[in-house]
Amino acid sequence: MFRRHGDHCVARFAPDEARVLRKVASEVVGLLTDGFDHDDPVVGRLFPDAYPDQPDESGEFRRYTEGDLKTAKIDQAGAVLAAVPANAGGEVRLDAEEAEAWLRALNDARLAMGVRLEITADTDLQDELDEAVLRDPTSARVFQLSVYAYLGYLQESLLNALIGVE
Amino acid sequence: MVRPGCPAARGTMGDMAAPQVAPVETPDIEEVPVVDGSWVTIVWDDPVNLMSYVTWVFQKLFGYSWERAETLMLDVHNKGKAVVACGARERMEHDASRLHAYGLWATVDKT
Repeated sequence: MFRRHGDHCVARFAPDEARVLRKVASEVVGLLTDGFDHDDPVVGRLFPDAYPDQPDESGEFRRYTEGDLKTAKIDQAGAVLAAVPANAGGEVRLDAEEAEAWLRALNDARLAMGVRLEITADTDLQDELDEAVLRDPTSARVFQLSVYAYLGYLQESLLNALIGVE
Repeated sequence: MVRPGCPAARGTMGDMAAPQVAPVETPDIEEVPVVDGSWVTIVWDDPVNLMSYVTWVFQKLFGYSWERAETLMLDVHNKGKAVVACGARERMEHDASRLHAYGLWATVDKT
């Protein structure tokens, strides 16, 4: 979890945490590059229709905003990949600008996972996790839910470190 | 009839750098009537975004005080959506696109 050290937000990641972070950031990059598909609900959530009932207007909005938005999202996921040590754990030190890029990147990753995990306003994450563990503790869903919860705590800790709340 | 106000109107008195001439008791949110035919940016509730993050994004993008940003965030959370900005269409589309960059679910509408 992140803490404030002077002008920086600092966190130490264990090797498995670093691996998970790199994995989710890479998945976001994959989704926005080779795997980019407007019919994917995750893409729909990351690039919402500006005019929900007007496909033509939404298409027009998309035509002149989507390129920049996509580049920004790839760059912020790239900021995570650049800072997290590969194949090892270690310390990550972020200045304010990097911390903001991370906040957006962690949010994109959580949005993507939230869609895949079918998180709704009524979802109690702990209940979901308990249920999934009972069904099969080794399932992908248990892992994904744990990662989703972890990213939420991490994002919150980074935000608190950035704005100076501990 | 007064249209639903735009709690987020930019450049209104008492919001940001302008000398504080309003009484301290002035409600934090100054509702400015939205003129028919103007445009609004709406943020919708979603089950993933953290409440603290949404508040921070409103501060960051619109320069609102923490109190004002939090009130807007709670409106989104409790009512399902909130008008966060109003003005010219191009401006609202720009705001929506900036909100999309932060992962908020924003749309543009005509009043």
